[in-house]
Amino acid sequence: MADNPYVALALAFAPLSLVAFGGGVSVLPAVQHQAVDLHGWVDAPQFVEFFAISRTAPGPGLMLTTLIGWQVAGWAGALVAMLAIFVPSSLVCLVVMRTLSRHEGKAWHAVVQEGLAPVGTGLVGAGVLSLFRIADAGPASWLVAAATGSLMLARPRIPPMLLLLAAGALFAGWSLASPT
Amino acid sequence: MQSLEEHPPRTDVPRAEVPHPEVSLAAIAALHLRIGCLSFGGGMTGLIYHEVVTKRGWLREAEFLSGLTICQILPGGNVVNLAIYVGQRLRGLPGAAVAFAALLGGPFFIIIGFMLVYERLAGLPFVAAGLNGVTAAAMGLMLMMTVRGAQLSRHASSLAVIAATMIAVGVLHFPLIAVVCVAVPVSIALAARRRARHG
Repeated sequence: MADNPYVALALAFAPLSLVAFGGGVSVLPAVQHQAVDLHGWVDAPQFVEFFAISRTAPGPGLMLTTLIGWQVAGWAGALVAMLAIFVPSSLVCLVVMRTLSRHEGKAWHAVVQEGLAPVGTGLVGAGVLSLFRIADAGPASWLVAAATGSLMLARPRIPPMLLLLAAGALFAGWSLASPT
Repeated sequence: MQSLEEHPPRTDVPRAEVPHPEVSLAAIAALHLRIGCLSFGGGMTGLIYHEVVTKRGWLREAEFLSGLTICQILPGGNVVNLAIYVGQRLRGLPGAAVAFAALLGGPFFIIIGFMLVYERLAGLPFVAAGLNGVTAAAMGLMLMMTVRGAQLSRHASSLAVIAATMIAVGVLHFPLIAVVCVAVPVSIALAARRRARHG
């Protein structure tokens, strides 16, 4: 059974899904260990290349496993690898959320919700700070972020997708115009 | 059959009293497909907040933020968990399944396409620069969300929780799980005390 590439992919990634606390980054070394050391699906330089691709492509960071699955068994392998890394954690999330919403309307539910909200806000704020570090952001990024944030606060009806694309075009244009 | 048009937020009743508006599965799918295809470099929570809370009124602010906290505590990517949460709140199990599939469907094909053209793309510095620009604007949306969350809390004690969480994780780099394990019980206790005082 372990010779079946789909089963092997599922068995390699599904358990990691359940321990991916704090998002994908936390299990990245374990993904590498499975794919490179244990199964030899990809070699180390290839893994680094996959990592770079996953950083430039849209989607969660763990979409990286899709590329490993592709390497092992084409489209079907890619699909199995993606589902293996995302379905287990999503099922946990679903069960927790359904359980909580069953208690909606009770006094403690409102208190818990009121208590959780500021922690969520703080984590988003912390996310901004750490994103700036990993995205090698300069003053231009701060400026764009501050401008986008203030604009959205002042004019919530502006489509944010427009701002995202405009900022991307601005940076790309700047890079094309300044030969460094 | 689900109707295809999106339902505008209701304005005839005060926000807090509106139950979740009836949202079609097609609308959930369309939104999550767009979010998935635009979620470069992480930090798309601000975008999702805008689309789900501010623009469409599908969820209330506190509801979204408390759900987000749980999504961050649980294993798995934040955006994936958030899609599950939003889908489940709006349409139960089918809603969650549709949001999940739509969110991952786009990136699935795009990342494989990227791999196939990687050699050519990687040599182009303006591509990387453009993606940095998208990330910068996404951080702006998260800033907006932090300010909104702070405005929403209105109590000194919850503002303190926001600041403490932000500093502990973002500046001091304490492990997220440990911070949450301390901050959540403290914050819930503070909320309970506020309720007990003000009835």
